[in-house]
Amino acid sequence: MIRIIIIDDEPLARSIVKEYLQHRNDVELIAECNDGFEGIKSIQQWQPDLIFLDIQMPKINGFEMLELIEEPPAVIFTTAFDEYAIKAFEINAIDYLLKPFDKTRFDKAIDKYIQQKISQISPVLETAAQSPAQQNRVVVKDGNKIKIIPVSQIHYLEAADDYVKIVTADGSFLKKRTMNFFEQSLAAYHFVRTHRSFIINTQLITRIDVHEKDSHLVLLNTGAKLPVSKAGYSKLKEVLGI
Amino acid sequence: MWMGLQFIILRQLNIDQAHAAADSIASNTLLAISCFFMSNNMKYYLPRQEKYWYILIMSLAASLIWLLCLQGILWLIFAEGDLYLQYLKDTWGIRFGAGFLLISSMSMFSLLWYSQQETREKDIRKTESERLAKEAELYKLRQQLQPHFLFNSLNSISALTGSNPEKARHMIHQLSDFLRGTIKRDEQQWNTLEEELEYLQLYLDIEKVRFGYRLQTKIIFAENTLQLKLPALLLQPVVENAIKFGLYDTIGEVLIKLVATSDHDGLTITVENPYDPETLQPPKGTGFGLESIARRLFLLFARQDLLSVKKENKKFITTILIPQSA
Repeated sequence: MIRIIIIDDEPLARSIVKEYLQHRNDVELIAECNDGFEGIKSIQQWQPDLIFLDIQMPKINGFEMLELIEEPPAVIFTTAFDEYAIKAFEINAIDYLLKPFDKTRFDKAIDKYIQQKISQISPVLETAAQSPAQQNRVVVKDGNKIKIIPVSQIHYLEAADDYVKIVTADGSFLKKRTMNFFEQSLAAYHFVRTHRSFIINTQLITRIDVHEKDSHLVLLNTGAKLPVSKAGYSKLKEVLGI
Repeated sequence: MWMGLQFIILRQLNIDQAHAAADSIASNTLLAISCFFMSNNMKYYLPRQEKYWYILIMSLAASLIWLLCLQGILWLIFAEGDLYLQYLKDTWGIRFGAGFLLISSMSMFSLLWYSQQETREKDIRKTESERLAKEAELYKLRQQLQPHFLFNSLNSISALTGSNPEKARHMIHQLSDFLRGTIKRDEQQWNTLEEELEYLQLYLDIEKVRFGYRLQTKIIFAENTLQLKLPALLLQPVVENAIKFGLYDTIGEVLIKLVATSDHDGLTITVENPYDPETLQPPKGTGFGLESIARRLFLLFARQDLLSVKKENKKFITTILIPQSA
């Protein structure tokens, strides 16, 4: 039995998946969710094999929801848009169903999942996609709560082992991502990697001091003092135009 | 006229009739040909840079050619040794001067005339191309708002055909009416608020089927606003924007409120949706599709101030003013 959860904010969109599932005897629907928050809870509670996931949903979209799950199940996306297809395959989704889809296409998607499982090409979801789920914000888990941080509210980011510490006025949050990921995705928002372990919001810089030979210290208007490496300093100079 | 004038002058200078007539006719006919040539030249080739030098040189050359031709013709007409030929030689300076003046002013006049005509044609072309570009842009702006809605509605219908065929059929009819309204509206530019609200209601009904209990709507209007006119298909994208914004930025029930009022400035419509102040980014958070609506209003009215947004008590309010021309 393939244990399945449907996550979609439109009741009728869920009901059609449900209907198609009823025609099969190798699947078991264990939960239906209205949005990504319910989705996270359900997935953690039930550990499904496969989820049907809509992309555009309230508050956090499908990709952002996946980012917040430690070991996400296999995913089949269901959406009216084809603009996310590339991103869906980037994170190793099983399939991408364009609404409205018919039963044949739907069955094909499930069969694809079964095939991958049999042939042991472990359908491990690659949550560390190359591009962020949504450009101008970062979604993090804060205890049991989910927090959406607009990029402009980030002061700086600091490397912390497998995680990156995101420092904001409301405190700091950890996210399982690499510094390289953030360096690339935040480059368009005035962020510069000034050091191996730091990426800073250049709009908050008040002062840059010489620290030692070949290294500087940057002072943010929040009071934070952060190190700048030699390479980081030349990047900073380039961005600030000095 | 010039011919007569020259004839009289020559007569006054005690030149006999035959000589005077021949001279006048020859010189003025040649002059007319020169002027015609210059003018035609301007018609097909308008000098851009250094046009005054061009005219000066061309006119000088034309006058010279004219004078030489005239000499030649008169030499042919009158026998050798005629006294008049000597006289002709003595007056070449004044002839050249007069010819040059006439030809150059003719050229100048042609230049002005033709360049003015060219500018006028260019203006007409420009207005025309601007109009076409504007239409294309408006068309594109309207189209942008459809596909997402269409595919999701079709998906809902697909779901209903299994569970509730009667309702599925009803929704197909609503969707058809809505789409017909969209297509029909492309051509007629202005509609009354009453017509637009009817059309909007079709849209809202479909969206309510899609989103179920989550979507609530409320439309309030003053009686006297119903006959006021507004651009077709303007309201629906604004409401669509409010619905998307409200539904995707909050969890739970969403109330979309539309209020229409009128005053001496025109028809004012406000559309209200809930939002979450914590996740909305203050500077950029004007919603999804309002830029294109603002652009459309600008194209229609050439005013930038007709669409405004404000955030109040967890409500995002979009206000549109539609000026009512008398």
